[in-house]
Amino acid sequence: MISKELFKKPNNRLEGEKEPPAHAKPEQPAFICPECKTALEKAELPETDYVCPRCGALLQVSARERALWLADVNTFTERDADLQPVDRLGFPAYAGKLEKTRRETGEPEGVVTGTAEIGGQPCAIFCMDPFFIMGSMGAVVGEKITRIFEYATEKRLPVVGYTVSGGARIQEGMFSLMQMAKTSGAVLRHGEAGLFYAAVLTHPTTGGVVASFAMEADVILAEPKALIGFAGPRVIEQTMRQKLPEGFQRAEFLLQKGFVDRIVPRNQQKRELSLLLALNRKEADR
Amino acid sequence: MTTAYERVQAARQKGRPTAMYYIRQLTTDFLELHGDRRYGDDPAIVAGVARLNGQALTVIGIEKGVETDEKIARNFGSAHPEGYRKALRQMRQAEKFSRPVLCLIDTAGAFCGIGAEERGQGQAIAENLMTMMGLKVPIISVLIGEGGSGGALALGVADRVWMLENAVYSVISPEGAASIVWKDAGKAAEACEALRMTAQDLQSFGMIERIFSEENGDFEKVCQTLGAALAEEFMALSALSRQELTEQRYRKFRRIGGDEA
Repeated sequence: MISKELFKKPNNRLEGEKEPPAHAKPEQPAFICPECKTALEKAELPETDYVCPRCGALLQVSARERALWLADVNTFTERDADLQPVDRLGFPAYAGKLEKTRRETGEPEGVVTGTAEIGGQPCAIFCMDPFFIMGSMGAVVGEKITRIFEYATEKRLPVVGYTVSGGARIQEGMFSLMQMAKTSGAVLRHGEAGLFYAAVLTHPTTGGVVASFAMEADVILAEPKALIGFAGPRVIEQTMRQKLPEGFQRAEFLLQKGFVDRIVPRNQQKRELSLLLALNRKEADR
Repeated sequence: MTTAYERVQAARQKGRPTAMYYIRQLTTDFLELHGDRRYGDDPAIVAGVARLNGQALTVIGIEKGVETDEKIARNFGSAHPEGYRKALRQMRQAEKFSRPVLCLIDTAGAFCGIGAEERGQGQAIAENLMTMMGLKVPIISVLIGEGGSGGALALGVADRVWMLENAVYSVISPEGAASIVWKDAGKAAEACEALRMTAQDLQSFGMIERIFSEENGDFEKVCQTLGAALAEEFMALSALSRQELTEQRYRKFRRIGGDEA
């Protein structure tokens, strides 16, 4: 399990961090860059690829915003939008937590799936949500990802998936853990049908998601500096009783160790994905 | 009524038989085969070929060790990526030679350390999950003690998953859950109940098929029952076509948490 800090929404004025710069218009919904504290216009974020134009920081993106940004204009069609999480274990405080998260995010669960075109290439997509209980994998997250792979297999579509996750959803116990097996089965069948799957690992991608569908893609891309690992850094520091080296478990480290194919800045992702989709499509599936 | 916390303590108890005990009791002609052919040999995972009731099989166990020196050498049963890759290598050979696979699971979890991350712990577990889902020979996994999260599941994608009466299987250790959810590692007993991690819980969820009595600690007797059940079940599974086998395996896991709509 990794630190909640990684999933913290950027500070806003109410949290009293810093005064926004003078050019911020208080009446507009502003988005404060967590790095340089510049107030950014929310409506302009897609055009900047959700990168702070002032300091270059990669801003956290909700699943829905990401899907709309990724898909060519008017090509995204959502699937399984109505699946609702179930508190099967009656886990203490979980029902309330779900209700609160649903209200805050406006989303029923932590992944958005559907079909889209990326640079004119038809595909199925899934985008995980960093704001929904730390991108944790509950049963509905596993179910929606499984369904999109099954749908893609049936329709002979490649899959592009954006991951961000703190790992398993503790409150769903073994129902959460078993999603790793379930999604892996769906990825396997999609691959056995000769279809292409690209994953883009964003900050942070850890735990059960790394140990299942994030690492099972044909091509694994990563965002610059994204934290990617099975165990969270805090857990490792506790186990090893030593500080971790600088850059440990970052995307650049995984590239060096041979676990990701490419590190791709946000403004290049759509172009590279479109190219990969074109080059990994069999003649019969065109 | 045994509480979940008592079962967790029983599963971790010193002196409880570990994987090698079951391999010796259940099989004959066990020949250990070492190494992942990629990096090294992980003593936390024991793998090899043997006979069960006269039939060839591949056996893979997570071994915690018995005496202190051995426990340290085996990293207390917390495997590194090379351990999971050794298991995978043996599973692929089992498929090549049409041998069924028996996995014995007993781990607090996959190791969380610098070397484990450098060598791709997540990737190693992911590859096992995917490969096991498609493996064209019967797989039975038995949880004999602790089933710690992804490190246990990495040997747990099987046609039949069985548990001993006091074995536990959880997404996270109760101590971990307590410190994350309640910010208090001392609430482990509450977490044990909340996580629903006992064999009885898992059977009620349809995640495991059978529970074996521990016969009040007479593990020789446990092994007699378990051995007979394994021989019978492997024979039944071997009657299925490769297609039926992998389809049924996928369906079994596919159902879990899939009834929301």
